[in-house]
Amino acid sequence: MEAWFSLLAGLFFAAAVYLILSKHLIRTLIGIVLLGNAVNLTLLVAGRLTREVPPIIADGLDRLPGNAANPLPQALILTAIVISFSLFAFLLVLAYRAYRVLGTDDTDRMRFAEPVDEPAPPKGY
Amino acid sequence: MAASSVIDVSAALAAGPATAAQWLVVLPAASCLLLSAVLVMLWRQPRLQQLLAVAGLAFLVLVDLLLLRQVLATGPVTMVMGRWLPPFGIAFTADLTGVLMALAAALVAFVVCLSAAGERETSGRGDGFYPMLLMLMAGVSGAFLTGDIFNLYVWFEVLLIASFGLIALGPERAQIDGALKYAVLNLVATTLFLIAVGILYAVFGTLNMADIVMKAPDLRETAPLVTLTALFLLAFGMKAAAFPVNFWLPAAYHTPRPAVAALFAGLLTKVGIYALLRVTVMLFPPEREQLEPLIATVAVATMLTGGLGALAQNDIRRMLGFVVIAGIGTVLAGLSLGGPGGIGGALFYALHSMVLMTALYLAIGEAGRIGGSFSLAALGGLYGRHAGFAGLCLCLFFAASGLPPFSGFWPKAMLVKAALDVGAWWLAGAMLLSGFLLTIAFGRVFLMAFWRPAKETAPPVLALRWQAIGPLLLLAALVVGFGAFPELLLRTVQDAEITLDNPQAYLGSVFPQGAAP
Repeated sequence: MEAWFSLLAGLFFAAAVYLILSKHLIRTLIGIVLLGNAVNLTLLVAGRLTREVPPIIADGLDRLPGNAANPLPQALILTAIVISFSLFAFLLVLAYRAYRVLGTDDTDRMRFAEPVDEPAPPKGY
Repeated sequence: MAASSVIDVSAALAAGPATAAQWLVVLPAASCLLLSAVLVMLWRQPRLQQLLAVAGLAFLVLVDLLLLRQVLATGPVTMVMGRWLPPFGIAFTADLTGVLMALAAALVAFVVCLSAAGERETSGRGDGFYPMLLMLMAGVSGAFLTGDIFNLYVWFEVLLIASFGLIALGPERAQIDGALKYAVLNLVATTLFLIAVGILYAVFGTLNMADIVMKAPDLRETAPLVTLTALFLLAFGMKAAAFPVNFWLPAAYHTPRPAVAALFAGLLTKVGIYALLRVTVMLFPPEREQLEPLIATVAVATMLTGGLGALAQNDIRRMLGFVVIAGIGTVLAGLSLGGPGGIGGALFYALHSMVLMTALYLAIGEAGRIGGSFSLAALGGLYGRHAGFAGLCLCLFFAASGLPPFSGFWPKAMLVKAALDVGAWWLAGAMLLSGFLLTIAFGRVFLMAFWRPAKETAPPVLALRWQAIGPLLLLAALVVGFGAFPELLLRTVQDAEITLDNPQAYLGSVFPQGAAP
């Protein structure tokens, strides 16, 4: 089970890296979303997968049964989802504004902070 | 058949309420978060926002000072959330390394806030600067003081979102461009960190740093800890702008207004450095030793990129971006050396660099404002108009190049000596070479922008503003003071190195009754 999920996470990572390397901003953004999901899958597998028992302490028992699912990765993933969602929302707005202000979504042509024709520093006094 | 329905959880709960010293550990992050929320509510009253932000950051400096006194007196202090003892609850642990960084960060933020208050007096319009500044400080303080590695990730994200907001505050096209590159690459770096945390949890089953330190020896034989450490190295190296993942820094740091750039240069890369020190020196020391050749190579490449990049810039703000990178390289050189000289030197250099880089960005921002340009080709005549300011800048330039008698000299001397002691002459040589390149770059700035008479066609040099010079003097006093009297800081840094390298006191503070179940 873990092996299959690891493979799936690996596929996610591969797709994410491929998209992030694109010079079109919108693909980079989709790549970042995929990367976030790949990480969430990794976290889930990190806590080991069991399907038998939900992590709820039954009436009359005082501890979790041994084969219960691990609740901690779910808490971690929930935190990570909330954080990556908010950061991604900000990034979308920023990218849209960049598209409006800079007039392009091609990162090769976004040379406003580092102009191509920046002069060399003066050589003499 | 039914077991007793009353569960005894007393062993997992802290006894009694937290002491005042323990509250001090969470106060920096908590007070900043709270004040940030209050400042958002005062959006339409910039005056009041300003006043509260300055007062809040002064309070932060005070709290960090008290915490430093406490840690110096009793060793590391731990506070647990919701009374759940570690490894169940999230722990905040302040040791000397964390407190020193937090204090330096608070000082830097206080000075930047003062400077920004002066800078913004003319505009009179409210915006998100102060709330985001406080939010950033919550993230930075939390990152320096937390004892839980997932919690560290959360604080990273808090400071990241605040920094996104700060860097994008403004109308310029270059700023949007810089902000976008900064945002994408830093988000990827933080995601890499989260991957490393996931694998760490898969290996250890715990996220508390003290617990990891205790469990590591048993797992060292079977678990892929070197790979894990390498992943942390990549993630934090990207945060700290180490070669070859440094290109976001010179693309972004010169675009926002000087106060924001100064804040970023002082704090953000150093949070990466701190996390790197914490993970490699405290959690995985044998793995750090195995990765030493890699870290040393990265350090040399980073220092030379910084030095050569600084030489190649015409825009003096962009030059400073490369100076930051060269400083990161020096810290990494210390990390690759290890031992009291290497780690102590790296820590000293990181603290010095926080103060100095902020001062440099503020000074260059003011120089560009009064000179009317940031281009080396256009600037001139600053010395003739403001000799005192030129002297102040020269002091900062010398400190950044690592020349005596300023605070940059001592950590560099420590690191060069540590390198020569282990026979790493090439590392020592690279440090000296990068210092030499920076000396040339700064010498040229002083020659062109300050000494050279102004061109006839150039606009006249403006008057200085005391709102900019006052805060700058405060930082310069630290640079000169710790250059002239380094003993106090030297001794404290060495103590910090000992608790980081041999974390018995740290473990004792997190688990007072010995090992956890």
